[in-house]
Amino acid sequence: MSGLKRTSLRDFHAAHGARLVDFAGWEMPVQYRSILEEHKAVRRAAGLFDVSHMGEVDVRGPEAGKFLNRLVTNDVTKLYPGRVLYSPMCYPSGGVVDDLLVYQRGADDYFLCINAGNIDKDVAWIREQAAGFAVTIDDRSADFGLLAVQGPMAAAIVQSLTGAKLGLIKYYHFGEATVAGIHCLASRTGYTGEDGFELYHAASESVALAEALLEAGAPHGLELAGLGARDSLRLEAGFPLYGHEITADISPLTAGLGWTVKLDKGSDFVGRTALLAEKQNGAPNQVIFFKTGDRRIVRADTPVLGPDGAVVGRVLSGTLSPILNESIGSALVATASAAGEGGWSVDIRGTRLPLHRVRPPFVPLKK
Amino acid sequence: MSTIPADLRYAKSHEWLKLESDGTVTIGITDFAQDSLGDITYVQMPKVGATLKAGETFGVVESVKAASDLYAPVGGTVLAVNSALESAPETVNRAPYSDGWMLKLKPADPAAPAALLDSGAYAKLAG
Repeated sequence: MSGLKRTSLRDFHAAHGARLVDFAGWEMPVQYRSILEEHKAVRRAAGLFDVSHMGEVDVRGPEAGKFLNRLVTNDVTKLYPGRVLYSPMCYPSGGVVDDLLVYQRGADDYFLCINAGNIDKDVAWIREQAAGFAVTIDDRSADFGLLAVQGPMAAAIVQSLTGAKLGLIKYYHFGEATVAGIHCLASRTGYTGEDGFELYHAASESVALAEALLEAGAPHGLELAGLGARDSLRLEAGFPLYGHEITADISPLTAGLGWTVKLDKGSDFVGRTALLAEKQNGAPNQVIFFKTGDRRIVRADTPVLGPDGAVVGRVLSGTLSPILNESIGSALVATASAAGEGGWSVDIRGTRLPLHRVRPPFVPLKK
Repeated sequence: MSTIPADLRYAKSHEWLKLESDGTVTIGITDFAQDSLGDITYVQMPKVGATLKAGETFGVVESVKAASDLYAPVGGTVLAVNSALESAPETVNRAPYSDGWMLKLKPADPAAPAALLDSGAYAKLAG
């Protein structure tokens, strides 16, 4: 696949039987053996994901914290060195530029982890917003590899390769750790709803780290997992995916991420005026999650019908939950249509399937 | 490399057909097709007794990735469908030429199966 960007692990993936596809301009493994089996391995034991395509941006300087608190909707002042924060980053309209993780390393030293498909857009946006602040912005995306070990056995697997006391790193915290002789920033975060670590490391060390994790993890049931399983795992956990549940046109409030929008954090931030108005006046649409009781997948962009058959929304994400063995998904529906909750349905090849609203996660999760 | 049994006939749309000794045919999708689709999650079948024309859509096979139409390689009357696929569609991934069969037909034209691709011709298509 010419013209696609590659992570340091591209040949490792191919050698392990991966099916490589174009994902946001990157040649990435969508699956190795089976999306459904990889999904189940993560819920049962552990999975190893290459997410090196994600972007990393250093934000440093005496006004780094102040700047970030203006840039994102969540409250950056809650951070301290070693703490991670999830936040949307909005346009003045309240629509989402991207969702990201903010890491605080030191007093004036932060870095962001951003979505692969948004790196160029985000970096340009962040630089534009940084005008007038005493900060430096560095796109470090090419320097870092990122491997995610996720699942109930993840911590034990990573612990077997490091002397660092991983038990001291709590959920949404991070610390330095030498894993299999490789210097890592070990972040107790993930996108599966399971316990686990995301290991940031020098891109040149990715193959050695992946091989060590795979070898140490195999006796624990760890399997290589591709982006297909990553997507079904995140949907089952009820996590948003940029471009689906949150977009330039779907605000974090509409998406049900009100807990990440700190309107009262004590300082202004990009999008605050619009988001405050949305909160006060209500939004015309809302994101809901559903299951169907049927195995037929309800795919993105399928129209959602109200009780009288009129279109009241559209599906944003849909897949088969390998754990529930039924199709699940998310949809953007007219807020007014929610009054008749239970009245939503979709037409799949002539069959009307009712959508049953679910408050995610769809399955019990450790995290 | 996908498996292409020599004793079957094939359609360009990646269905296989087995001519049984009693003149009926068994139909499924090829190893190449199941591998291209990935994890199969749902198979929609016609009703027993339905009449199909050659080339007509007889059902849908869905994977995590996409939904694809299934085409009748020959015309005929549906004698049986593999109801085990309702609860275990992944059987098509595991055993596309045996337990993953989809339907049995009584061909309208007994000569039609022989006009389909043989394994050599199909191998060139799905190589």
